[in-house]
Amino acid sequence: MSYIQKPTAFHPALKKNKLGLTRRDYEGAMSTLCAGCGHDSITAAIIEACFKLDLPAHRLAKVSGIGCSSKAPTYFLSRSHGFNSVHGRMPSITTGANLANRDLIYLGVSGDGDTASIGLSQFCHAMRRQLNMTYIVMNNGCYGLTKGQFSATNDKTSPSKKGESNLFEAIDLAQIAIQLGAGFVGRSFSGDKAQLVPMIEAAMSYNGFAFLDVISPCVTFNNHPGSTKSYDYVRGHNSVLDKLDFVPAEEEIEIDYAEGTTSEVDLHGGAKIHLHKLDTGYDPTNADQAINTIRTRLNKGEVTTGLLYFDGREQDLHETLGTSERALNQIPISELCPGSKNLAPINDRFR
Amino acid sequence: MSGINDFVVKFATVNGSGSASANLMFAKTLFRMGIPVSPKNIFPSNIQGLPTWYEVRVSGDGYLARRDGIDLMVAMNAQTYENDLKQVVSGGYLLYDSTLPRKFTRPDVTIIDMPISKMCAEHWADTRQRQLFKNMVYVGAVAALIDIDLGVLEGVVASQFKGKDKLIEPNLKALHMGRDYIQANYACPLPIKVTPGNATDGKILVSGNEAAGLGAVYGGASVCAWYPITPSTSLAESYERHAKALRMQEDGKKLFGMVQAEDELAAIGIAIGAGWNGARSFTATSGPGVSLMNEFLGLAYYAEVPLVLFNVQRGGPSTGMPTRTQQSDVLSCAYASHGDTRHVLLFPTDPTECFTFAAQAFDLAERLQTPVIVMSDLDIGMNDWVCDELDWDDAHVHDRGKVLSAEELDAMPDWGRYKDIDGDGITYRTIPGTHPTKGAFFTRGTSHDESARYTEDGVVNAQVMDRLLTKFQTAASILPKPVSDIRDESSRIGIIYFGANRPAVMEAMDRLRDAGVVANALRITAFPFAEEVRAFADDHDRIYVVEQNQGGQMRQLLMVEADIQRAKLISILNYDGMPMTAEFIRARIGAAESHAKIAAE
Ligand SMILES: Cc1ncc(C[n+]2csc(CCOP(=O)(O)OP(=O)(O)O)c2C)c(N)n1
Ligand code: SF4
Ligand SMILES: [Mg+2]
Repeated sequence: MSYIQKPTAFHPALKKNKLGLTRRDYEGAMSTLCAGCGHDSITAAIIEACFKLDLPAHRLAKVSGIGCSSKAPTYFLSRSHGFNSVHGRMPSITTGANLANRDLIYLGVSGDGDTASIGLSQFCHAMRRQLNMTYIVMNNGCYGLTKGQFSATNDKTSPSKKGESNLFEAIDLAQIAIQLGAGFVGRSFSGDKAQLVPMIEAAMSYNGFAFLDVISPCVTFNNHPGSTKSYDYVRGHNSVLDKLDFVPAEEEIEIDYAEGTTSEVDLHGGAKIHLHKLDTGYDPTNADQAINTIRTRLNKGEVTTGLLYFDGREQDLHETLGTSERALNQIPISELCPGSKNLAPINDRFR
Repeated sequence: MSGINDFVVKFATVNGSGSASANLMFAKTLFRMGIPVSPKNIFPSNIQGLPTWYEVRVSGDGYLARRDGIDLMVAMNAQTYENDLKQVVSGGYLLYDSTLPRKFTRPDVTIIDMPISKMCAEHWADTRQRQLFKNMVYVGAVAALIDIDLGVLEGVVASQFKGKDKLIEPNLKALHMGRDYIQANYACPLPIKVTPGNATDGKILVSGNEAAGLGAVYGGASVCAWYPITPSTSLAESYERHAKALRMQEDGKKLFGMVQAEDELAAIGIAIGAGWNGARSFTATSGPGVSLMNEFLGLAYYAEVPLVLFNVQRGGPSTGMPTRTQQSDVLSCAYASHGDTRHVLLFPTDPTECFTFAAQAFDLAERLQTPVIVMSDLDIGMNDWVCDELDWDDAHVHDRGKVLSAEELDAMPDWGRYKDIDGDGITYRTIPGTHPTKGAFFTRGTSHDESARYTEDGVVNAQVMDRLLTKFQTAASILPKPVSDIRDESSRIGIIYFGANRPAVMEAMDRLRDAGVVANALRITAFPFAEEVRAFADDHDRIYVVEQNQGGQMRQLLMVEADIQRAKLISILNYDGMPMTAEFIRARIGAAESHAKIAAE
């Protein structure tokens, strides 16, 4: 599809990206979420990241499950096709979409209920297959849309708003992701745009499965003093591993951090991630160390954020399956149909 | 009634013992001799050690339904001798492995003994070989008994082991051992025997799953996701095998994407995602899988996403009889998922139609922008059928339905995803990535308006639902037409049937006609029903609805959806998991008709 992006009319007030688009061109419908909901901040970060990436919106597809979080794709990128599927099944829809057209960017948005409970299996298998997508969980420790029940990511130490205690240990999606083959695993916080925006940019530029666990407080049901998914708690216990800068291809930026604390990570398309380590011993390419660090800090009540894990191989499902470089949905059916000439020898085999 | 080119042979063996390929060679040989055969595999849900049977009806007249009463039993499984003997008709034969001699208590059955194990033990040292070649020994024995053309049989062996040439010689050896033994010890051939004919000219011997998988390749399917389940597994495997042969780029890359999913939920989710994104996609499963797919089927119906679902039905309810056949998912597929959902169903009758309907299903799914469920079953799917050879018309243009290109979008300023411009209930869709600024919309299973926006306005939502009903009516007019067999315009007796029951119904109609009962028949090929279904009902007073389920599911559907009076529709139901026999149908219609005649007098 060789459709050339036409520059939009000049409007001096709004800053434009290389496509001549403003942030507004990356927005969606008006949010209907509660005022102050963390999900809206993540929406804003996605808009910012796509704007900065100079992304042609129609080359991205947004897919979600069901929940307040899964509604979020309505609120960004109205020029992108979206698919609000059923509860917990976003990964399979995305897998099919990606098999059909490997040339688009796939952004999956899910909730902690959508991913860690009903959709845990699909989440795990999409990672195992190294589907090329960015998978964002807007993690609030509860089921927002069904009015605040505990989700499987809610810490055992974190009671409900009404004071009921949580009986079960939490599932840490980031640890599962590292274990199951996600090539890019990050954790951030809806309240830390400076960390989140470049992380989304990098995740979307990664070829393979990029998972982002974004703590996103539910102001209505899980932002009370005892909650470990509240704004206050996360601010107070955010244990940041590294500061991340995303450097698009063809751009160079000056590094002014102390020697030995910055490392550069190359992405397949030529872009780079500059990691400014706050914790100099940490190596995000070491899965064992990543899991150890997250667990140790979690036991101390800390929330580890930053680029947790990175696999430079950038493997993806199409490579594993050996599918054509061409987008399957662009191939005329007439080319896919073997025609009568191939049927004769097949008939012969059935005789 | 049995005799030349008209009898039933049954092989009773143990599964996992290698009998399947020997049995297939037997059936194929008769086929190549020009004699119609209908082999039925009656197998356990087990991998090794349980009884399994291969029942082959031989019919020069081309009657391919199962027939009760075995003329020649090849009893290779001591566990089942007792029961196997019972099934043999009076005057029939039983061949068994007499290495361990045994007394059979049927004076009316001729027992043919042959020490097969001993013969193999003397010839082969390796235990696996001793076991495997027993199968070819009994095939050789049967070849002598029923006068099979040795040259044809040897040709089948050669083609079976093509590329594994080392195996040809010992297989032929085993064949000759069996044949020689029988010829030396018994008067051959038996009165039940074969003579070559030409009744299989232009025909092939193939299973429905093989044909459907190939049909999906011809239909242009490029994404397949599936989860293993009997009896659908071989359909997905067929697709993969044929796609690997026919869909490779020169650099070895595939022009198809196939995933063995983690479950059926994911399998259909992948098919929906791909269908939404403009590839032709499908999944294949059986009843338990369809149950899991229900929520997603409702989404695809309501969000109007094309995909093809092959349901190779097996015995239910629940896990049921995984290796037996039924047609018991008619209602659960017609209305799969909660809320007011309806689905397009196709009912292939044999492997040839599995091929054509499979290919056609992809056009229909895209034209109608909805799931199309191809309702096959274990009998059609896994047994080899003698049927018309597969045919492809190169002039066929795959119809992708109403999909807008960027240029078309530009020319349609007030496009809305669910706006019914043409009045047929089918709206214009766009594929992601088509246009930089136009045609994007949010696909959703929630209530929506013509522009795909979320709405809680019940009236707007009802309008969308009503339009879907209009679309369903359009579907009825473009689906494959029912096939009628009118034997007497004046007869008021009708038979409605579908799927695998065709051979049994055809034969029953012949037998009934011999007895003076002339019935007409209509074979349903699709749901929603075409006009012709209602017209057939109007033309007949008593309509026998033949189906393989307990509830008379097609009958119910005819009452509700074709508005046919309940009293007119008489169920003929078989649900023991075995393919129906003609006699089963004949006896019931015959009895009902003589009642009706007495009542009328
Ligand atoms: C099959 C099914 N079961 C239950 C529901 C009801 N439901 C809607 S949203 C939701 C939980 C959402 O939680 P989460 O994914 O964490 O999203 P949040 O609202 O917290 O952002 C549930 C259980 C549903 N829509 N579908
Ligand atoms: S209920 Fe919670 S998650 Fe849902 S919109 Fe409100 S604040 Fe956000
Ligand atoms: Mg939640």
